[in-house]
Amino acid sequence: MSTTSHNLAAPGTPGRVCGTTGLHVCFDAQRFIKLNAVSGIVFLLLGGIAALLLALTRWQTVHLLPVDWFYRILTFHGLNMLIFWILFFEVAILYFACTTPLNARLYSRKVAWLSFTLMIVGALMTDYIILKGQADVMMTSYLPLLAHPVFYLGIILMAVGTLIGVFNFFATLYVAKRDKAYTGSMPIVTFGALAAAIIAVVTLLHGAVVMIPTFTYSMGWTAEPDPIWYRLIWWGLGHQSQQVNVCAMVSVWYLLTHIVLGSRPVNEAVCRSAFVLYILFINLASAHHLLVDPAVGATWKIWNTSYAMYLAVLASMVHGFTVPAGAEIAMREKGYTSGIFGWVTALPWKNPAFSGTALSVVIFGFLGGITGVTLGTQQINIIAHNTLRIPGHFHVTVVGGTTLAFMALAYYVIPLIFQRDFIWRGLARVQPWLFGLGITLLAFGMSFAGSMGVSRRSYDIDAQGVYGPAAHLWLGVLGVGGVLAFLSLLIFVVLCVGTLFFGKKIEGRPMADWGTPPALAGSTPGSLAHDHYATKGTMVLTLVFLACFVVYYFANWKALADVWPVR
Amino acid sequence: MKNEPKIHPWQKLMDNPWLLLVLGVLIPVLSYSVWGWIELLFTKPALLP
Amino acid sequence: MSLRPLTAPWFHGPAGHEKIWLGCAILWCFVMSLMMPYWHFRGKQNSTGEAYTVKPADFLARTEKFVAANRVGTYKHPGNALLGEVPIVEPPPGGDVYLIGRMWQWYPALRLRQGETYRIHLSALDLQHGFSLQPLNMNFQAVPGYDHVLTLTPTSKGEFTIVCNEFCGIGHSSMTGKIFVE
Repeated sequence: MSTTSHNLAAPGTPGRVCGTTGLHVCFDAQRFIKLNAVSGIVFLLLGGIAALLLALTRWQTVHLLPVDWFYRILTFHGLNMLIFWILFFEVAILYFACTTPLNARLYSRKVAWLSFTLMIVGALMTDYIILKGQADVMMTSYLPLLAHPVFYLGIILMAVGTLIGVFNFFATLYVAKRDKAYTGSMPIVTFGALAAAIIAVVTLLHGAVVMIPTFTYSMGWTAEPDPIWYRLIWWGLGHQSQQVNVCAMVSVWYLLTHIVLGSRPVNEAVCRSAFVLYILFINLASAHHLLVDPAVGATWKIWNTSYAMYLAVLASMVHGFTVPAGAEIAMREKGYTSGIFGWVTALPWKNPAFSGTALSVVIFGFLGGITGVTLGTQQINIIAHNTLRIPGHFHVTVVGGTTLAFMALAYYVIPLIFQRDFIWRGLARVQPWLFGLGITLLAFGMSFAGSMGVSRRSYDIDAQGVYGPAAHLWLGVLGVGGVLAFLSLLIFVVLCVGTLFFGKKIEGRPMADWGTPPALAGSTPGSLAHDHYATKGTMVLTLVFLACFVVYYFANWKALADVWPVR
Repeated sequence: MKNEPKIHPWQKLMDNPWLLLVLGVLIPVLSYSVWGWIELLFTKPALLP
Repeated sequence: MSLRPLTAPWFHGPAGHEKIWLGCAILWCFVMSLMMPYWHFRGKQNSTGEAYTVKPADFLARTEKFVAANRVGTYKHPGNALLGEVPIVEPPPGGDVYLIGRMWQWYPALRLRQGETYRIHLSALDLQHGFSLQPLNMNFQAVPGYDHVLTLTPTSKGEFTIVCNEFCGIGHSSMTGKIFVE
């Protein structure tokens, strides 16, 4: 069937028309979205169980695990959460973004199978060797620490598999354009996914460059790579993979505010330019991990840590405005016009996809963004490097931001792709709130304990004899937050898996509505398209955000100025 | 086609995924990885007086 | 629309509230990108990454020479068997100091003078270690094969603990060291 067009709308193409949205869905894409999303959720559950054990161990009063299992489970948690869950779900998002919005068929089923097989085999190999106790090296596996070769081989297979999935995405973009499945410019959601895919290419290339010589060294075939060279290139994998998340997450923000509220980008040029700034500059931020390292100089550190003059931070601040501004305009056009914040109270806070998105924006921006830029300032890093402030930061970006956005997305993906309505819908409405609360508490506990000098990746803070009751209290807050977040994660997994088996089937009818704000009488869609001063509420919110940012940033400079002079 | 509306060059850049891919790989590889690697290669041996 | 291709040209510049926010954001990014070079030249706390390559065995030999020449006593950590006994070393003010991180102790303990500036050579012998000076909370990386030089001026008196904050195996959380400032 090599003559078949990749245009989904062409007659005879294996696909269906969605009963809710009226969009075309490609059967191949649908199958691999299912496979990848379900695998992702399984690894999320594995990583989540590990998270609970870790939270209950760092909570000094409970101190659950023995020392060897603490480091083993920490290694397991890092890889399952930051790599496996996220990459599987991202491949699912990529397959969606390059097919349905572009009216295109997935480029190749065989390539998708190859990608999926390599990823799953790699992930299982890595998990097996960690649990067997032969890879207690943390996710970063800094040389000269050495794990069993299977550990590195598993990660290499995972990376190559993902890269092949990314290739399938690019190939689909190419054939969609060639077969004229769509004309004009790709929609913003696909453009955001493109940004994620480009960053994934850079990420996975670094992964190959660092992991292959480490694997051959672990087999005894080659000499040991230099430990700082390893740190440099490894963070080209480790940090940049999280920038893939940022792009995918922002795309999900645009997607869900569009689905739930009917938002459109206020200005396509500005939103897309922000993604271009991510593509070009966000990857320089890998330098954040080498700010107090020897052998890389101040010029390299300052230039790269600033993402080339903070251009990628600018991009996040743009999305932080345009996402709520799009929602505000959509709401005002529906007739919710009272005061500055009348549209906010009318938002569908009981719709889990919406509450998840909104919490993701707020937690990512206010907590994750502000702490990230501040801790990643070259000199301020002296009072933050390797303390609990660092996981305090990335749990609100990757978990409170990305994971929560992906959970929110699942509340639409499962009905629309698996064709089943959610079970226990009341519980689903609570889940994002509980998760947001748990992660926020966890991150506060980590950040404050870290400010008191408590280090990350440490089994016990009592052996050192320097931490007082306040540090113990914040570790307790960490523990409570971790337990709440785990409960919410468990609810999420039970809801998803339960729905796959017991959810009411949707055939040819629209999915059950989670709740969307109706347009009020007398309102006109598109009435504010040319009013550039219609986003007063968003303006106020973003200025409050900026004020918090400025205060936190300079408070940290003050804290730095109080420590011993060093050069 | 005639009467086709004029497209802004910035839009043309953003409609070109392949150019973005090349730039997106090149900039971080040069600025972060290659420059960082060069810094390591030029580290001098310690004198240990 | 966020989910369908755009067929008409869409490029137009920012306007209204969006333009105001963009202006604020660009200004703030500009301030932040000037802060780091400013602090590099005028601020007192910087990580310049001054470092030299070194063989761990050579670094150990140099450290032992440093200890033999400047030893003033012995430090025994109460209740920490891993740290064991380490020599206390008092280097000449303004001089070179050698400090080793290894599984699982910081070697040797240091006695420094307030207000004097020292060149602290920091390295690791086996795995990577994290130099984390508490309760000040100053953190630097110690990497085998690299002599990481910190030009440090203690400005407060008292007993300080070096905690290891880079994972280095089973004894990691008990790995400590001492700096006394008089």
